[in-house]
Amino acid sequence: MAKTIVPIGPYHPLQEEPEFFTLTVEGEKVVDVDVQVGYNHRGIEKLSEMKTFDQSTFVIERICGICSTSHPYAYTRAVEDIIPMEVPERAKFIRTVIAEGERLHSHLLWLGLAGHFLGYNTVYMWAWKLREEILDVMEILSGNRNNYAMFKPGGVRRDFAPEDIEASIKKIDSIVPTLEMLRKAVMDDPVLHARTKGVGILTKEEAIDYSALGPTSRASGVARDVRKDSPYGAYDRLDWDMIVTETGDVFDKVVVRVLEMFESHKIMKYCLKNLPSGEIDANIKSIPPGEGIGHIEAPRGETFHYVRSDGTNSPERHKVRAPTFMNLPTYKSTVIGETIADTTIILAAIDPCYCCTERMAVRDIKGKKLYNGEELIRLSQEKTERIRRGKR
Amino acid sequence: MNREEILKDLTKKFKADIIDIFDKTRKRVYIEIKPKSLVKVATYIFKDQKARFNIATGRDARDYIEILYHFTVEDINLLISLRVKLAKDKLEIDSLAPHFKAADWIEREIHELLGVNFKGHPDLRRLLLPEDWPEGVYPLRADYEEWDPQAVRDRGIEKNKKPK
Repeated sequence: MAKTIVPIGPYHPLQEEPEFFTLTVEGEKVVDVDVQVGYNHRGIEKLSEMKTFDQSTFVIERICGICSTSHPYAYTRAVEDIIPMEVPERAKFIRTVIAEGERLHSHLLWLGLAGHFLGYNTVYMWAWKLREEILDVMEILSGNRNNYAMFKPGGVRRDFAPEDIEASIKKIDSIVPTLEMLRKAVMDDPVLHARTKGVGILTKEEAIDYSALGPTSRASGVARDVRKDSPYGAYDRLDWDMIVTETGDVFDKVVVRVLEMFESHKIMKYCLKNLPSGEIDANIKSIPPGEGIGHIEAPRGETFHYVRSDGTNSPERHKVRAPTFMNLPTYKSTVIGETIADTTIILAAIDPCYCCTERMAVRDIKGKKLYNGEELIRLSQEKTERIRRGKR
Repeated sequence: MNREEILKDLTKKFKADIIDIFDKTRKRVYIEIKPKSLVKVATYIFKDQKARFNIATGRDARDYIEILYHFTVEDINLLISLRVKLAKDKLEIDSLAPHFKAADWIEREIHELLGVNFKGHPDLRRLLLPEDWPEGVYPLRADYEEWDPQAVRDRGIEKNKKPK
């Protein structure tokens, strides 16, 4: 059969990110793929070398809006590894809370988008609505919905107030029923099964060969999680489960992320309840010459930072490796042989990173709130009922 | 194998290849090896010790180019970094990409940003830099100078002032 080339990008119509995919297809079947990146190369490694160690924390926080904590976390750990030193206990717990909150909202965002790519917009709406609650918790705790600016080499920049901790625990507990509903929606929906089971399989051998990371590797049966393998923060203080499945198809990647959210909730709640007292910052005075490596488990997998100091106040070399750098090449082995209709969800299954935040409330022109969430759901259900009865 | 056994095993097996071992902390070890021994040591760590390839990091140390290959042995929480130093007049090293796919992209990246030739790499195209970027200009080199007149104008960079 004749081969046809289908170009997608450089601005992806579905995932608002600059990447270019050249799919070679025979009829409906994908036989080859080439991925081109670099359309948004910002030179952040070079930029970081021109900033001081403290300024770099803010620069690299802006690498990604979704994983805005994973990069500072890995970076501060790399700087602390140069010395080497440990941060105060309270700072460890605060860092863990922020990192898990980020995982929760990132997985919800991903779940929503995955639903959207499959044409299952109900999941998309519910997941993103739930994500708002998490962002509110982050706002209570850090003052920011994204780019929390909590991290600094040696500790954290802000402490949690007791009344905020109370409010946050209440709020994260309130999301569990909806999370449970989403879990059931994913596990029981026949359409979702039909679209994702057996699609885009990454075998265990391939996951090892590509050194795939995070949920992408765990769905393929590779039990790999920096939080367990090289515990940092407060992850070794409590009992939590690493979610590993065997098949490596899109469905398993959904399952891993959905079940991980419950673990994140557990870790976050434990840390907030058992927050030790004491200092939040070790007050590093200077950074000696040397090199350090920091790696942490971001929502998408391990984020890796290498920092080299020459004894001055700015890094001599700073290398950033985001998890998608290792996960994106696996696309080549998961997409070949599949149909073109499945290419988007297979790509989405590795959760390539995007940034987007929008919020909505219905207000009249004077700014008075007209409807809240429950009322909007009621209105929408009433409309569905009207359509069902044939009256529009 | 535990941490001590692995280190002992490596020292014994690659006695002639290892130049220096820096045992930094419980979780970090830096091993400097001869560039020509890279493939043999790296594949042993990746395949036989079942380590995960984290990434490679390149750095221009002015007199030479240094590449660190980072591997994590997950079961024992140890990060092994293999260090190779390449002379600036002969910037080439054997590619790891034919041995495991994880090294594919990062070698392309180091190739274009630092100008290291990876011998035997299956597809050494550019990864991040645009097509119109001039040949032989490497942005992460210490002696890199802004070459694009438009960038010089827009960002107000003085042409002869070297970035740090």
